Amino acid sequence: MTSAIQQQIVISGVGGQGVLFVTRLLAEAAMIRNLPVFTSETHGMAQRGGTVVSHLKVGDFSSPLIRRGKADGLLALKPENVAGGHGTYLKPGGWTVVNLDRPYPHVLAGPVHEVDADGLAETHGDSRAMNLILLGFALTRIGDDFFCGPDDVRAALEKRPAGKGAMRSDAPSALAAGMEAAR
Amino acid sequence: MGKTALEKDLKRDIEKELLLGNAALARGLVENGCRMAVAYPGTPSSEILSSVAALKTAEDLEMHVQWAVNEKVAFEIAYAGALSGLRTAVAMKQVGLNVASDPLMSAAYMGTKGGFIVISADDPGPHSSQTEQDSRLMAMMAKIPVLDPASPAQALEMTGPAYEMSETFRIPVMIRPTTRVCHARQDVPLGLIPRERGTVAFDKEPSRWAATPKFRFRLHGELEEKLKVIADYGPTAPVLLNDGANGSKAVLVSGVAAAHMPEILREMGLWDRLPLYQVIQPFPLHDAVMTDVLDRYEEILVVEETMGVIEMQMADRCKVRGKLTGHVDRVGELLPERIGEIVGEFAGQPPASVPMPSAPGRRPTLCAGCPHRASFFAIKKAAPKGIYTSDIGCYTLGLNLGAVDTVLCMGAAISQAAGFYHAHKAEAKRPDIVATMGDSTFFHAGVPALIDAVVQNVGFVLVILDNRTTAMTGNQPTPASGFGAVGEPLARLDIETLARGCGVGFCETADPYGLDDFIALLKRAVAHTRADGGGPAVVIARHPCLLDRRQGAAAHEVVRVAVTDDCDGCGYCVSHFECPALSLDEAEDHVRLDRALCNGCGVCVSVCPKGAIVDSG
Ligand code: SF4
Ligand code: SF4
Repeated sequence: MTSAIQQQIVISGVGGQGVLFVTRLLAEAAMIRNLPVFTSETHGMAQRGGTVVSHLKVGDFSSPLIRRGKADGLLALKPENVAGGHGTYLKPGGWTVVNLDRPYPHVLAGPVHEVDADGLAETHGDSRAMNLILLGFALTRIGDDFFCGPDDVRAALEKRPAGKGAMRSDAPSALAAGMEAAR
Repeated sequence: MGKTALEKDLKRDIEKELLLGNAALARGLVENGCRMAVAYPGTPSSEILSSVAALKTAEDLEMHVQWAVNEKVAFEIAYAGALSGLRTAVAMKQVGLNVASDPLMSAAYMGTKGGFIVISADDPGPHSSQTEQDSRLMAMMAKIPVLDPASPAQALEMTGPAYEMSETFRIPVMIRPTTRVCHARQDVPLGLIPRERGTVAFDKEPSRWAATPKFRFRLHGELEEKLKVIADYGPTAPVLLNDGANGSKAVLVSGVAAAHMPEILREMGLWDRLPLYQVIQPFPLHDAVMTDVLDRYEEILVVEETMGVIEMQMADRCKVRGKLTGHVDRVGELLPERIGEIVGEFAGQPPASVPMPSAPGRRPTLCAGCPHRASFFAIKKAAPKGIYTSDIGCYTLGLNLGAVDTVLCMGAAISQAAGFYHAHKAEAKRPDIVATMGDSTFFHAGVPALIDAVVQNVGFVLVILDNRTTAMTGNQPTPASGFGAVGEPLARLDIETLARGCGVGFCETADPYGLDDFIALLKRAVAHTRADGGGPAVVIARHPCLLDRRQGAAAHEVVRVAVTDDCDGCGYCVSHFECPALSLDEAEDHVRLDRALCNGCGVCVSVCPKGAIVDSG
């Protein structure tokens, strides 16, 4: 199975923010699009409030890891490790979508899209919905350069088994709030 | 095996599921008729057994799935299942295999009847382990075959041949995934799950299953014969990944390096020039293939993790480049960036340098509101100049609080406390000794050490951090939980009764959230150990882990704390208590509270020396 689409996205943050959740959701969206997918995740000790980074590779790949300088995009749930840290994964011109509530120094060559997803989540009434708001924002801002669209993510949310996903019954509305903020 | 993966891929109608490497292993076991799976949790292996348990529930399978008290016990249970003719499996992390090494070495001699798979997950890096040891070397020492998957899909695919090999040669077979396989997720083709129960029959054969040294000698000979044949076993032979590639140099890869390398070679334009072999079975090596490879090429680079297991078995090493020759790093994970450099140098084509991160990440810390934080704070108050031995679990992070001085291996907090006591007991001023150990670790390896400490009358305080779960690895049940791997009800052990049963005289339980009372209790415990002939004191710090959904939020009343203007920015709560919800705003000389992170434990109210953190109701 050869697929024309080849996309590598890094998702970063700290333990407890839902980096794994976003990664998994995007991987499920890729499955819905019938695209081959690989992710690599952080488990164990680093999940306890430490820096967490996931790799998502959509298309024909054999390795689960993204090499420095190769990523098409970076989704940063915390701004603190973008410059000099996870930003080094980006290829020249690669996009960044970052959650931040105050100016933060970053020296990235590619386009950077900033959004106060924590603030929006607070307004939305659920501080834990930050990750979905950021994702909604990114899907809209990056648009056609993203391998999937909001419909795929919504479908992935719907397909989630009750239990883990069910604690977020308002997930689609959080996604929509992020999309709205990107317009 | 690589070929069949491709063929399966081409069949578009095959059902695929997004599976974590560990879940793919679980699926492979179940698809191949595994009837008993036993494990002790440990990163990166933990999700293997929980995935088997989930499959058992979803598919309504008749099989035994359990968390055992430790890896040795897990191994022995699953092994006896295999002696009864069933296909069984045991799963653990690499250091868990150290604990299970005793039965492993013997089981290799005795062999098996039903298929027996030992999964030992390695952690190059290390990301969440004490060592970077290579389980393949343990397989070599035990003299059992080991398979080294490159991806979740391949891990699933390997379980079939592993069981067949195990039954054909009557030998335990190891599968050794690494973190990057265990914690990768991939779209994996699913197979059918068989429903047959399998025949259970233990055939008595004392000269094998209870062999005395004389018979062990014979069994050892048999084992060597088996290995010779396995070194020629077709289904696990090395595969040439780039058929048609031509050159005088070749590369051998195993494990996840076999996943990284094709992408790297393609990008560097080396795919057609460097024949690339994946070694699927690093021990025993397929001699004939290896001899052929050695004959055919002038130089051979071996890229494997974490030790040079393949490399050291290559008979004629003058053509071989790897860890032993210094061409490949001996320490740390082989990240694809590094592999690119290594293979580039080997091919005489150094790659462009890659930007590496300059900023260190945030260090891990106990969760906001974690009961362990309160326990550690109290320990430092009760025994300020003490020696603090600790152990493996979330609470290792007590390091950040200066309340952990030693971490060796599972259960060592107690025995090391004893060692420090014996070393210092003749001193005029003997330091107080406080050991911390989680409930799961106490059951795993702490109990024998406690018995020893009671018998030797060791003066030390053992604080058992009882959060009713194995937290670090994803909240697996402990023997005190009262339920098992699939949520089935089980007998519930009481830690206090157990400690008293070990002969401990001073044993009390309290909730560390009641900080002031808890400090007072610890002071009494310390006084007990100081008294002549006092001996050990055990304090059970009982409060559920906040991440354990099964124990629910019912665990505590949420205190809505606030930082008042009395805060003068001294930073005591940040440096001595380190709750992630509290941070010092140096410009403002004030501590900020992050409500999104705060879990409302209310402990910080008792921590602030200025009384500036209050319960705002
Ligand atoms: S109440 Fe205090 S110690 Fe507890 S989680 Fe909130 S800020 Fe941290
Ligand atoms: S997971 Fe549980 S035990 Fe571990 S740090 Fe968090 S609250 Fe504490």
